[in-house]
Amino acid sequence: MPEPQTPDEAISQAGAGGATDLAMEEGTSLEKTPGGPEGTGPAGKPRSLWSDAWRDLRRNPVFIISSLVILFLVIISIWPSLIASGDPLQANLDDAQKGSEPGHPFGFDPQGRDVYTRVVYGTRTSVTVGVCATLGVALLGSLLGGLAGFFGGWWDSILSRLTDVFFGIPVVLGGLVFLSVVTSSTVWPVVGFIILLGWPQIARIARGSVITAKQNDYVQAARALGASNSRMLLRHITPNAIAPVIVVATIALGTYISLEATLSFLGVGLKDPAVSWGIDISAAANYIRNAPHMLLWPAGALAITVLAFIMLGDAVRDALDPKLR
Amino acid sequence: MGRYVIRRLLQMIPVFFGTTLLIFLMVNVMGDPIAGLCGDRQCDPATAAQLRSEFGLDKPVWQQYLTYMGNLFTGDFGTAFNGQKVTELMATAFPITIRLTIVAIVFEIVIGISLGVVTGLRRGRPVDTTVLILTLVVIAVPTFVTGLLLQLLLGVKWGIIKPSVSPDPTFDELLVPGLVLASVSLAYVTRLTRTSIAENARADYVRTAVAKGLPRRRVVVRHLLRNSLIPVVTFIGTDVGALMGGAIVTERIFNIHGVGYQLYQGILRQNSQTVVGFVTILVLVFLAANLIVDLLYAVLDPRIRYA
Amino acid sequence: MLLEVRDLHVEFHTREGVAKAVNGVNYSVAEGETLAVLGESGSGKSVTAQAVMGILDMPPGKISGGEIVFKGQDLLKLKGEERRKIRGQEMAMIFQDALSSLNPVLTVGEQLGEMYVVHRGMSRKDARAKSVELMDRVRIPAAKERVGQYPHQFSGGMRQRIMIAMALALEPSLIIADEPTTALDVTVQAQVMDLLAELQRELNMGLILITHDLGVVADVADKIAVMYAGRIVETAPVHEIYKAPAHPYTKGLLQSIPRLDQKGQELYAIKGLPPNLLHIPPGCAFNPRCPMAQDVCRTDVPPLYEVDEQRRSACHFWKETLDGR
Repeated sequence: MPEPQTPDEAISQAGAGGATDLAMEEGTSLEKTPGGPEGTGPAGKPRSLWSDAWRDLRRNPVFIISSLVILFLVIISIWPSLIASGDPLQANLDDAQKGSEPGHPFGFDPQGRDVYTRVVYGTRTSVTVGVCATLGVALLGSLLGGLAGFFGGWWDSILSRLTDVFFGIPVVLGGLVFLSVVTSSTVWPVVGFIILLGWPQIARIARGSVITAKQNDYVQAARALGASNSRMLLRHITPNAIAPVIVVATIALGTYISLEATLSFLGVGLKDPAVSWGIDISAAANYIRNAPHMLLWPAGALAITVLAFIMLGDAVRDALDPKLR
Repeated sequence: MGRYVIRRLLQMIPVFFGTTLLIFLMVNVMGDPIAGLCGDRQCDPATAAQLRSEFGLDKPVWQQYLTYMGNLFTGDFGTAFNGQKVTELMATAFPITIRLTIVAIVFEIVIGISLGVVTGLRRGRPVDTTVLILTLVVIAVPTFVTGLLLQLLLGVKWGIIKPSVSPDPTFDELLVPGLVLASVSLAYVTRLTRTSIAENARADYVRTAVAKGLPRRRVVVRHLLRNSLIPVVTFIGTDVGALMGGAIVTERIFNIHGVGYQLYQGILRQNSQTVVGFVTILVLVFLAANLIVDLLYAVLDPRIRYA
Repeated sequence: MLLEVRDLHVEFHTREGVAKAVNGVNYSVAEGETLAVLGESGSGKSVTAQAVMGILDMPPGKISGGEIVFKGQDLLKLKGEERRKIRGQEMAMIFQDALSSLNPVLTVGEQLGEMYVVHRGMSRKDARAKSVELMDRVRIPAAKERVGQYPHQFSGGMRQRIMIAMALALEPSLIIADEPTTALDVTVQAQVMDLLAELQRELNMGLILITHDLGVVADVADKIAVMYAGRIVETAPVHEIYKAPAHPYTKGLLQSIPRLDQKGQELYAIKGLPPNLLHIPPGCAFNPRCPMAQDVCRTDVPPLYEVDEQRRSACHFWKETLDGR
């Protein structure tokens, strides 16, 4: 390009872009190597990236709305009794499949349990699965991927082949096989499974961004000046590589919640005494003709929750990737 | 080119064995492989022991894996829970799932790319914002919810489609299930195309094309689209494998007796040979799709050289 | 006069505010004449050229005033389709970076031939023959074989020749070359510049040469317009400006060229940075960097004073500058 054509473009070139697509499904994730920073100094760059992003986010209605929704979801997953006084497991078969009535705004499920209470308590399951799985995936993935990208060599080759192996397994299918033997009704087998199959995605992204960060001129300069490995990793590479990981992890959180519900719907995720939207939707699917309310409320709650996390991730991505304003 | 293909094929070998071994181990951990072999009844202990040694199940797992793989390469995929050959199941299941996948891919290409181009060229306008929010909603609503809702509305309430399909469904019966299967990927294709178009629209060569005095239509179709579609084609290509493996949910909702249905039955009945056999084929499809995408890349982008 | 730009104003509307990229530019080019437009990045030289070509990105760009008169008609009053037909046929543009300016996935033959297919309605076969002819004309060896190759298969100099060939395809009467040799090796620069100058003479075209390289200018240009912060600060026939500049900015530019006869002396550099187009300083835009600045420079915008019949300078103290004080 001859001279910056537009001031807008000149401004946007100043920030580094972690262009990571919203591609989340296993085996379909398209990795884009983030572009390096252009023309900005080493010291100012990470800070200005984050403060720019924060300034953007505060003005973005999508970010504000999704943050508020998530805050609400987290609060009621910790204290569900704040808005639901009943017991999600209390069943009265006389009430089975009944519609809305006073005190029971969402009606009753096939076993005569209060749908509203179950929807509220289901939040806890979804949020727990989403948060724990994402933390596990992000830590394991960025650790393995980051080290592979930084040190390269045989460790990198093995990791690359290993991620290929995991990408070859369709998620839902893997879940069916892996979880069908589990009889526990806690969330932990599902969380464990998601971490097992989810880490390669983050590992690939972390590896890619560490390699890009490593090739930046100022990192090369630091190396030439004799900076130690640990100092380079902490001071120069991590701040650059972490943005794409955060973006992908936030969006992934939403899809993990959706995955838990899908597995529970198929009967292998959480099992009955547990309260999960997926289980409720599965049970309701058989009565779709006569009592669609049993399906629609948990499905709506699920969709809103997943949407909130995906929108949050999307907004953060836009803020951190100024190339595409 | 030939050398590149050979190298890629060699690279695939460890991935193929790694993936199948992983599934084989999972299935073995999962349960008793002979449980399904006596039909729906429980096997009596004597028969069970006999079957065990007959199938080599008393040997260590790695030996079992090698034997199984050996049989696979001679075309012997074993027996399903109902006594049918797994290969026979495949012969009926795969054509159905392939049909379903084709419908889904066509939706991705036609709807996804068109929406992506329209929004990419009108970034920031109302059309763009609307479609963008819609794609997020589609991504956020899990496939099984989308499927159930469409089934409820189109099938039950309005009676436009049959809620479930016939045993050997035709393409038009698979339209709605195909759309459901495609939905999430379709949203990704839209977003990916949009991003790619928007990025490339700023490229210098597009400015050159405008400076040459080409009509807008020609600038978009011949210069912009060709370059922008490279990542999209990659996505759609690798998606083929993912769609076939992910069809379980869709097939279950619409009661389609394809690969997903057979796998689901295999898992429920703890029939390891069905599960491992089907998964092996799916892994092969996935690897082949990836290879084809890589080669397609060279056709689409002359800058890429395979040495 | 072939082209006259009169009092052109261009703004960019960005999030940060309105950037005034071009603020009342006047210049003209006659047939067979070469005008060199000189200036730093962000001086508005490329934006002006893009406005003339009609390839300005709008939005964010906006032409907020002025006229662009080409062969007697104001281009800004033409409809899109009429304007398009002028591009390529009547005026053509050569860009700085030929590698990114040529389409990477089409052969050079396809890209050259496209001019004939679209504007002349030729068959693809005839267009290909014409492309070979063109490539011969810009002295690309083995044109017949290379017509089917892709841009990345050519060297930098050869690619720029292809850009020139593309611009010349329909023998336009005006060529705008935006830093045509900046991206090339020094040895190749001269060859490409000579070729361009030779073809210009042959076809009697007007040439606007945008550059920041004073060395290139001296050899080929007839007259010079020096731009600063979206304004023309000095215009003059090329040789006079070298002898005695009439604007401190031009003087600074000339002094900052390394010269063999002043070996060993410290090289002069204009102090400070180019102005932020969002906040152009009041008065003369150059005053914060000008060694001669007085109070009047901080308050009054200098008009283009007439130095002599062919020279103009936008400096309150042009006389003093000319005298070398």
